[in-house]
Amino acid sequence: MNLSLRWPRLTVWQWVFAFVMLAGLYAAYVRGAYGLGGATNLSNQFPWGLWIGFDVLCGVGLAAGGFTLAAIVYIFNIERYKPILRATILTAFLGYVLVILALLFDLGRPYRIWHPLVMWNPRSVMFEVAWCVMLYTAVLALEFAPVVFERYGWKAPLRWMRAVSLPLVIAGVILSTLHQSSLGSLYLIVPHKLHPLWYSPLLPLFFFVSALCVGFAMTIFESWHSSRAFGKQLERPLLASMARVLAVLLLVYLGMRFLDLHHRGALPLLRENRTETYLFGLEIALLLIPVLFLFRRRIRMNPAALYACAVAVIFGFVSNRLNVSVTGMEAGSGTSYVPRWTEVAVTLAIIALGFAIFRSAAKHLPIFAAEEAPVEKAAGEPVAVHTG
Amino acid sequence: MGKAILYDTTRCIGCRLCEAACAERWGLPYDERIAGEEQLSEHKLTTVVTHGERFTRRLCMHCLEPTCVSVCPVAALQKTSLGPVIYDETRCIGCRYCMLACPFQVPAYEWSRRLPRVKKCDMCYERQLAGQATACSEICPTGASVTGERDELIAEARRRIAESPNGYYDHIYGLEEVGGTSVLVLAAVPIEQLGMNHRLPHEPLPILTWRVLSLVPDIVAVGTVLLGGVWWITHRRDEVAASEHAEKEKQKR
Repeated sequence: MNLSLRWPRLTVWQWVFAFVMLAGLYAAYVRGAYGLGGATNLSNQFPWGLWIGFDVLCGVGLAAGGFTLAAIVYIFNIERYKPILRATILTAFLGYVLVILALLFDLGRPYRIWHPLVMWNPRSVMFEVAWCVMLYTAVLALEFAPVVFERYGWKAPLRWMRAVSLPLVIAGVILSTLHQSSLGSLYLIVPHKLHPLWYSPLLPLFFFVSALCVGFAMTIFESWHSSRAFGKQLERPLLASMARVLAVLLLVYLGMRFLDLHHRGALPLLRENRTETYLFGLEIALLLIPVLFLFRRRIRMNPAALYACAVAVIFGFVSNRLNVSVTGMEAGSGTSYVPRWTEVAVTLAIIALGFAIFRSAAKHLPIFAAEEAPVEKAAGEPVAVHTG
Repeated sequence: MGKAILYDTTRCIGCRLCEAACAERWGLPYDERIAGEEQLSEHKLTTVVTHGERFTRRLCMHCLEPTCVSVCPVAALQKTSLGPVIYDETRCIGCRYCMLACPFQVPAYEWSRRLPRVKKCDMCYERQLAGQATACSEICPTGASVTGERDELIAEARRRIAESPNGYYDHIYGLEEVGGTSVLVLAAVPIEQLGMNHRLPHEPLPILTWRVLSLVPDIVAVGTVLLGGVWWITHRRDEVAASEHAEKEKQKR
């Protein structure tokens, strides 16, 4: 008989993906069946953990490439970046959808997520955050919609979208500015809890500028992955000039951080032998080392080195957000926090889901330049010129 | 100013009758084990804490400008004109920002329930409405906790300090902390020796976020004009270039 059970043939990454998704599903079951207490290590002293610190704070930040590049291409009219715009908008959209998914895990009553729509409190930063998430997700969906319309050849909606594209982009940039900074404003209310290496009245500004930085880093990161996965040529000069902007921005950011520490008299804290000091050092090192490399042209033109720098910036950004939300809050809360396996499993599954959706979207939708160009010329430009 | 509770640690004998009365009023279980927990939680909304030979009591401070009320995105928490800060569980989405933000670490969460709620002292709101004292102050055998008008209780606290300057450390905790609270605490020693946070600012914390939030309309207005302007300039440049190019082509012909 030839009825032996055979495992489906999967690549290593597909196995990893399957494992991560299964673990995530089981963790989701635990969250549903046993509540937040059964699924997390959160406590009355430490009510926000990995799901807020990583999934939300980092998720939103890593989606910052979307508004940065949209502003560069549409507002500043620097057209040469257009080839990578769609991939970045898609990442931003996916990022926001996944942030909302993560919120559904974290909220005690996820089915009431719509409450801020009708129950207002304009004095609350969280209220601003909620509105920004909703509105900007909608804006991103509309910004990405033309790609879908193109795929199915829907001409009329494409024309409508072109008519509203400018107000959409402006709304997107403003919403993002508000949203990225408001995630920092969330922590303005805890001067008594957050460690002085991170607590600053300038938190909203720091969150915004670091989001700009990681927006560029994510764009470089994605371009590298897309070029490998789909055999596309890497837009080297484009990414190199972007990397130079990134280096300058990072320098400005780090300069502001240290000036702020100096003015608040917090610099002597760096001599203390504490966990906070070392994790602060790690965060700064991950952001400072890429700056030193990115100012060299040879590094910027080398795809592998450029990629490594982008990854370092992303890790630096993530460690900053985790330092604000976890490291810096532990001592002030009088407790310590290490995420439970279920929190980690849900987080990993959400990341894996993001990768998978991006991959399949990139496969089936006209996201990259080569496919976009002829459509633009054939359907878009002549019509617009003659009627206008 | 509304109602308030004056809690005088020098009169507290640690009998924990307030804990029992509070549990009964909320319909929560209370026994020896829970009595020994000595920390606020979802099943213990006030607690006596032992500091050597002294006792102190923790409960919601009912701030005059409460941080929790300002941070709640759905306005589930409200400061009533009567004094108590109350919670509407039908609005709450469970973001737990109130717990993060509270300068006294008071709100607790029903972590083990599938449909959890925030739990905190509401200063016996319905009893206050009926003109009664809170359950904890009604049962207190030594008068360590008393309910009354905030103004009158401040005067009373000042009188006690003036009458026995050696018996009290000259500070009414809650008079100015975070803009003032509706729970006032007297002690014989500096308050930090009883485990209370003495480094709180005297300005209400909501100012910290309001300073930034009030900028939002300006950012939207200025941002829109600025971005629109940049767009106009950068695209005008293209238009001019295109028309100049067309002129040249014409002249050639």
